[in-house]
Amino acid sequence: MTPNPPSGAISIADLHHQFDGRPALSGISTAIQRGKITGLVGPDGSGKTTLIRLIAGLLKATSGTIKVENLDPIANASQLRGQLGYMPQKFGLYEDLTVQENLNLYADLCDLTGTARNESFKKLLTFTDLARFTGRPAGKLSGGMKQKLGLACTLLGSPKVLLLDEPSVGVDPISRRELWKMVGALAHDGITVIWSTSYLDEAELCDEVLLMSEGLLKFNGAPQEIINTMRGRSIQLRELGTNKRAVLKTALHCPEIIDGVIQGHALRLVLKTAGVLPDLASLNAGPNAHFVEVKPCLEDAFIDILGGGPGGTSVLAEHMPIARLAPDIDPDSVIEATQLTRVFGDFTATDHVDFKVKRGEIFGLLGPNGAGKSTTFKMMCGLLRPTSGQAKVMGIDLKTSASQARAQLGYMAQKFALYGNLSVDQNLQFFSGIYGLRGKAQQEMVNDMVRVFNLEPYLNTQAVTLPLGFKQRLALSCAVMHHPPILFLDEPTSGVDPITRREFWTHINGLVEKGVTVMVTTHFMDEAEYCDRIALIYRARTIAAGTPDALKLMASKEGETDITMEETFIRLVERDDSERKVAA
Amino acid sequence: MKHGPINLRHLLALCRKESYQIVRDPSSILIAFVLPVLLLFIFGYGINLDTSKVRLGVVLEDQGIEARRFADVLKGSPFLEVEMGTGNGNSRTAMQQQLQEGKVRGMLVIGSDFSSRVRSHRGVASLQLLTDGAEPNTANFLYSYLQGCLQVWQQQRATDQGLPVQTFSTLEPRYWFNPTTVSRNFLVPGSISVIMTVIGALLTSLVVAREWERGTMEALLSTSVTKTELLLSKILPYYVLGMVAMTLCVLVTTMLLDVPLHGSFWILFIVSSLFLGSGLGLGLFLSTVTRNQFVAAQTALIAAFLPATMLSGFVFEIASMPIVIQGVSYLIPARYFVSALQTLFQAGDIWHIILINSAFLLASALFWLGLTALKTARRLDD
Repeated sequence: MTPNPPSGAISIADLHHQFDGRPALSGISTAIQRGKITGLVGPDGSGKTTLIRLIAGLLKATSGTIKVENLDPIANASQLRGQLGYMPQKFGLYEDLTVQENLNLYADLCDLTGTARNESFKKLLTFTDLARFTGRPAGKLSGGMKQKLGLACTLLGSPKVLLLDEPSVGVDPISRRELWKMVGALAHDGITVIWSTSYLDEAELCDEVLLMSEGLLKFNGAPQEIINTMRGRSIQLRELGTNKRAVLKTALHCPEIIDGVIQGHALRLVLKTAGVLPDLASLNAGPNAHFVEVKPCLEDAFIDILGGGPGGTSVLAEHMPIARLAPDIDPDSVIEATQLTRVFGDFTATDHVDFKVKRGEIFGLLGPNGAGKSTTFKMMCGLLRPTSGQAKVMGIDLKTSASQARAQLGYMAQKFALYGNLSVDQNLQFFSGIYGLRGKAQQEMVNDMVRVFNLEPYLNTQAVTLPLGFKQRLALSCAVMHHPPILFLDEPTSGVDPITRREFWTHINGLVEKGVTVMVTTHFMDEAEYCDRIALIYRARTIAAGTPDALKLMASKEGETDITMEETFIRLVERDDSERKVAA
Repeated sequence: MKHGPINLRHLLALCRKESYQIVRDPSSILIAFVLPVLLLFIFGYGINLDTSKVRLGVVLEDQGIEARRFADVLKGSPFLEVEMGTGNGNSRTAMQQQLQEGKVRGMLVIGSDFSSRVRSHRGVASLQLLTDGAEPNTANFLYSYLQGCLQVWQQQRATDQGLPVQTFSTLEPRYWFNPTTVSRNFLVPGSISVIMTVIGALLTSLVVAREWERGTMEALLSTSVTKTELLLSKILPYYVLGMVAMTLCVLVTTMLLDVPLHGSFWILFIVSSLFLGSGLGLGLFLSTVTRNQFVAAQTALIAAFLPATMLSGFVFEIASMPIVIQGVSYLIPARYFVSALQTLFQAGDIWHIILINSAFLLASALFWLGLTALKTARRLDD
């Protein structure tokens, strides 16, 4: 083999790919460095997976060239496969097979035998901390452990190039961090890594990033390089004296501001031009409010490249009537869990959980995979019966009159739960019908939703083929058509790009301003910042509860300010682990 | 690493993986071992095309000697269970009620003038038989049983009176291959074809689609596994499973259900292998093409299971089907297998039948497996 050119382990020139005439990748050219982690970032449908599959030789490009270690992925497929480790989005673990049997299978498939085999097993099992679980079926591992096992299987053949397609999706922050450390160690040993992700904070840690959008390569370089272009443009508005959501809405209307999110009690804003601040007085943020310049991040840059975030006004919310409570309902406990417990066999999924949610509040349930958030959540919307304790919505006990309570709430499920093979219009008709709307009232409501969410061009499109952002809109519209005073959102934005996420939160913020009470679960730690209060669920129990700022304070070491929500989460969980260890 | 179409280590590893999946999935064990035995017992005991004893209600309006003698002949028949109308029950309306309620399968009215007509030779002494035409099989049986009884009664009467029995010729039937015409003897071998279809097509229709659905296929394709290895690793374990189930079926059939096997077990083994090959091929083909477990299983049900039950000639005789359907049945591999099975079990090694059927089965197996090989992807966009 000829010596590898110094330019890179993978070189791509003018790559185009189409699916049935629809372009998925247009004119990608880049060189990917050996021994570095290259982050592949972009919204869903931007072409990340297609690019990885083309590199892995699983798809044949429409035109253009790819060379991986000087080999063509199609023409030299059999040679290349020995040097390539590919971990698809849903890694191919056999769930009926144990950890060891999965490893054996992949070791055999890459002809790893003898002592080398046993050494690899030992090394990888230590590396992934799975040595204790070799006899456990892969299907019984947690999400994070599955990803680690997937990575171990991919690494068995000692690949020179590692392709990871969204390895951290559905993995909680703690496992994500471990996975990241493992891959960092591999890159250090000279392996070329491509890591595709929709988490921009993760991409920020990569040596290089490829920012993709709609099949185009928007940026290629070190993350710091693009973050530097944002210098002076990221600011925080602190010590708000008034309602943060109202201020955000006003701020997003300022021409000087292109993007903004809530961070605890403060707002994080991105300026159009460095140094050009909006008029503080016009924001109505209270007497003590002031701007502080903060470090820009990759997400700021990404939003900037995509042309700024969406506006701050939710047409949906403007359209909704004020959600009023009946006089006999205590506005301080619209949603209430008392000693809520659920036992499955000998496993306690939710263990004496308590919380109260006020009217017009966003309440977040956070926790690692398998901590019991979903179980708690399902009990609160009457989909699951508590073993003991009480779940109440608007003063109605879900155990005794679940359907009466359900009429009061809108529910948006974690996965797309609409009818994929019905059109947008048919879905709207169906759900409005379920909520008891008939005749003229029904048609009016459907028309309103179509107008509010700009669904007009997609009315006759099958829901399953909608772009993700529109699926999201349709799901939300189906959840709010009956003007529920309470909204339950189960991981509503998982896998959604930052722009769509912002748009979604604009709606939620708008609805809350109208007095709607929202309960939400999420994996995105920066999304937790939107919540007024958070309950951190871990191993079936609430280990911490309070405002985002209070939680951060709880997790901070002395003199430390401004730790991220993710760091907070990890520290609180680790602290609980050590406390339980002491107690045991 | 470059290697030929088959690397033994890869193949073994894949087969081992497939076997673990079979053994650990309770549904495949259920389909392969419990279902066959269950089906065999249903076909062996539950479904019985012989009506062994038919309940016949008799309304005896005539108390004359001839009528009572005829009734005695009926009672003596091994095929009839005679229910004599007594008291108030001995009326046409009462018996009709019983017929409608299904308590008797037919009713015979012996009219009040029966004896006198027989004796006086005035016209023909007729009897009325009412049966349930909704069950034509039973109705036909009943008719022929009664014809037989009538003949016996006439002979007896002639002998009693010392008259010569007026028979010009008699038909002496001899049922070859299945002397006692027990329907179980041809139903049970035929049902083996249904069982093999279920294991061959239905079970395998799930396996490739499952790999696509769970994302394991994408991971496999990115390793150096070849198409041949992939295909063989799907065929071999299910072939073994199918043959074990087949052996179980033969054991149950011959030992528990007492169906004789006249042919050689080894020929049966070879013919079954060929049929299983065709079933596996079809199942894998559907699974490979649809990449969706639900669609593949539904298609397998329609394309393999239903024809195997209805068009294979195992219950319904092909010769009595409309000509178009008969034509269609030539495309159903189960037809050839059923023919071979029934021959092997009931008649023995009749070479020309076995060979012709085997040739068709071989062709079908090659066709489906070849098509599957053609459609097996080595890339996602293949």
